[in-house]
Amino acid sequence: MKIAVCVKQIPDPATPYSLDPATHFVVRPHDQVLDDTDRYGIEVGLQMAAAAGDDATVTVFSMGPSGSMQGIRQALSMGADGAVVVDDPALRGAEALLTARILAAAIARHGFDVVVTGTESTDGYSGVVPQQIAELLGVPALTFARKVEKTADGVRIERQTATGYDVVEAALPVVLSVTAGSVEPRYPSFKGIMAAKSKPVETLTASDLGVEVATAQAIQGVEPVPARQAGEVIEDDGEAHLRIIALLEQRKVV
Amino acid sequence: MYRPPLRDIKFVLEHVVDLEALVKLPAYDHVDVGTVHGLLDEAGRFMSEVVAPTNRVGDTQGAIRNDDGTVTVPEEFAKAYQQYVAAGWNGIKSDQGYGGHGFPGVIGLAVQEMLTTANMAFSLCPMLTMSAILALTHHGTEEQKVTYLEKLISGEWTGTMVLTEPEAGSDLGALRAKATPADDGTWRVSGTKIFITWGEHDMAENIVHLVLARAPDGPPGTKGISLFIIPKFLPDADGRPGEANAVSCVSIEHKLGIHGSPTCVMAFDEAVGYLVGEVNDGMRAMFTMMNDARLHVGLEGLGITERAYQLAAAHAAQRTQGRAVGASHVTATPIIEHPDVRRMLLTMKAYSEAMRGLLYDTARAIDLSHQHPDQSTRRHFHDRASLLTPVAKAWCTDLGVEMASLGVQIHGGMGFVEETGAAQYYRDARIAPIYEGTNGIQGVDLVTRKLPLAGGEVVRSYLDELAGICTELEAAGTELASVRRGLEQGVDQLRTATDWLLSRTDPNDALAAATPYLRLFGTVAGGCYLARQARAAVDGAGDDDFLAAKVATTRFYVDQLLPQAFGLVPAATADASALFAVTTEMLGV
Ligand SMILES: Cc1cc2nc3c(=O)[nH]c(=O)nc-3n(C[C@H](O)[C@H](O)[C@H](O)COP(=O)(O)OP(=O)(O)OC[C@H]3O[C@@H](n4cnc5c(N)ncnc54)[C@H](O)[C@@H]3O)c2cc1C
Repeated sequence: MKIAVCVKQIPDPATPYSLDPATHFVVRPHDQVLDDTDRYGIEVGLQMAAAAGDDATVTVFSMGPSGSMQGIRQALSMGADGAVVVDDPALRGAEALLTARILAAAIARHGFDVVVTGTESTDGYSGVVPQQIAELLGVPALTFARKVEKTADGVRIERQTATGYDVVEAALPVVLSVTAGSVEPRYPSFKGIMAAKSKPVETLTASDLGVEVATAQAIQGVEPVPARQAGEVIEDDGEAHLRIIALLEQRKVV
Repeated sequence: MYRPPLRDIKFVLEHVVDLEALVKLPAYDHVDVGTVHGLLDEAGRFMSEVVAPTNRVGDTQGAIRNDDGTVTVPEEFAKAYQQYVAAGWNGIKSDQGYGGHGFPGVIGLAVQEMLTTANMAFSLCPMLTMSAILALTHHGTEEQKVTYLEKLISGEWTGTMVLTEPEAGSDLGALRAKATPADDGTWRVSGTKIFITWGEHDMAENIVHLVLARAPDGPPGTKGISLFIIPKFLPDADGRPGEANAVSCVSIEHKLGIHGSPTCVMAFDEAVGYLVGEVNDGMRAMFTMMNDARLHVGLEGLGITERAYQLAAAHAAQRTQGRAVGASHVTATPIIEHPDVRRMLLTMKAYSEAMRGLLYDTARAIDLSHQHPDQSTRRHFHDRASLLTPVAKAWCTDLGVEMASLGVQIHGGMGFVEETGAAQYYRDARIAPIYEGTNGIQGVDLVTRKLPLAGGEVVRSYLDELAGICTELEAAGTELASVRRGLEQGVDQLRTATDWLLSRTDPNDALAAATPYLRLFGTVAGGCYLARQARAAVDGAGDDDFLAAKVATTRFYVDQLLPQAFGLVPAATADASALFAVTTEMLGV
């Protein structure tokens, strides 16, 4: 069984982000870390592989500047078998659909039974790439899984909804997006970290994949979130509650 | 929350330890700097996410002794410990032949720093296991290594150091536990031991006690002490924990701090023991354990300071009170803007970075003393490590208490209230100057055993090296000119005090000067380690906050903290007469 896990290297969330003033793209330092939410996808992938037996493989797929590959190494040290990184200056600032086309092409080239992703990246938050990959690969998308179970010929998930969950299942191959909390991601072991050094990492460009770099999206401008306005202080002269009720009615809260 | 200071750790590894050169030694063929960085990143994440969150519950819930003599630690501890073992962090610097990873000890120290900072009480368990591993690696028989090392290195079994008795604390020569040989070559050990850290607990399936006791007919004092392995459960034919040994935890102490670490009174009643090394030669093996443990206890001073600093800095940035000079009249000022609060924070930061330099350099000396191919170099670094170990232990742990106290002070009234956590660091810090040989004993060790090494050449060559660091600062031009002047003065003062001590004929004089001398030693050495880093930082300081802070912190240390230690010179060069001019009777007893 071939399991593909999509992961992203992002700037360390502990340090403040900055945007390139000319392009409005996130400035990406040489050392980026594995997006924390991707650890869940990797864990799901590793557990599926362990259940499937010896010849199951977990390969991580990532698009973005490879830099020091620190984030990719983190994924490999958890136990993934290899990585495919698409690093191409032409893809700088790629929007969701272009990202999905690249990842889908890389995964299709490698072959897959299951594609596991997070629900959205912590630095971009578009939250549509998993569904787009499924569409491009022509397979069902089982999204927002909070629990994943293997069935005889496929996968059954509990799909998180606003009020509870739906049970959804499909036969392989599928794309699966998993929520944080679906599993408890393992911490890399000393041995895993050492082994990661010698695992295969393939670096590709868009043209290696035959993907035409075209985008229909442009960033027109970026504005800071407006500062919060000071609130209104109502002094209680005995009648303050009436004034507060009036305000709440005005806001249609009561 | 704990943010591991990975950048500073890596910086010290680069500029104080010269890791690049260290890993070129044949023993470290399998190690490279990139791998070390990757490991430290992951270790840091593990310690901050898995271990640090258990610190509080360890304090509030603590370890509990049950009526049947078992000891229960918080379940959060047991879970974190299992993950620690599963990840393999315990074996970093241990022998590859027994499942260790054979990394330099200084890398083990870096990981241990983060573990200790995350949860000091918890960290004592792996720390003592590590000491047991060392004792058996250096002094155990092949059979003992096969039986115990792999389990200890993985962390599946934990180790203890069992020395202290009611009448034998600082003076181990007074200990009375008795060992008698049995017919089958094993021994039977009886006696009561007190203050045994992690002597009983439920985190691991077996506990390997390393116990000091007296064999029959040995000489009195420390020359008649032997070391024994006494496992809680005797290993069966397959090496699994089998029959229970006659060892029990009689009670545990109620303490000022480190509540998560059970401190046990242990009773040995004809317990089966296995001799380590030769009869009556136990102190030698015990010193192997103790030197390692002393360095790691020194690390607790750093760990507490780091954690207390992070907490205090976050509080100071958020607590508003009063108005700083020139601040707007509309909003109150975060207290971090008040010069006096700034001084406290910077003091904590500066000392923590100086401590890191000293501790890591000591660990480097230990690595070189074992792994350098040249024998005379090994000897040189063995002596260097011997010299620095008592300083690393005592200077860092005294500072740990003082810095944790500043951490409380920065919190104001909330620092005295348990809720913030600042008080826990202060309470936890207080044990470190006491155990593993009190800081008083470290001072005695420094002046009576370490200074006279090789006729004083060991300390003199170290002082020359410190002077060399000052000279090198010239290369940094005017930027570090005041640092250079200050440190040169510091090294001179330390030299004066050293020469005075080496020329004493009445031992009581050196003993009287020991503690102020040790403090002076640590403060000057710490300044030199900072200066070395500042020199490396000065070029890039223009556009990198970390490097700019390194330079400014070093200046603050040398200009403002170091001169405080100069005030110790009179005490470090005064004979004992002043201390006895007030007689015991006059002291009111
Ligand atoms: C929480 C905790 C955990 C511990 N863990 C362990 C453990 O795991 N294993 C173990 O074996 N022990 C352990 N100990 C014991 C610890 O190492 C001793 O308490 C310590 O060595 C001091 O001995 P003491 O308590 O008898 O003090 P004392 O020796 O009575 O010392 C009292 C004071 O006198 C000073 N003093 C004593 N002798 C001299 C001297 N010759 N010159 C100058 N000053 C001197 C000391 O510096 C100290 O200030 C632990 C203790 C505690 C409190």
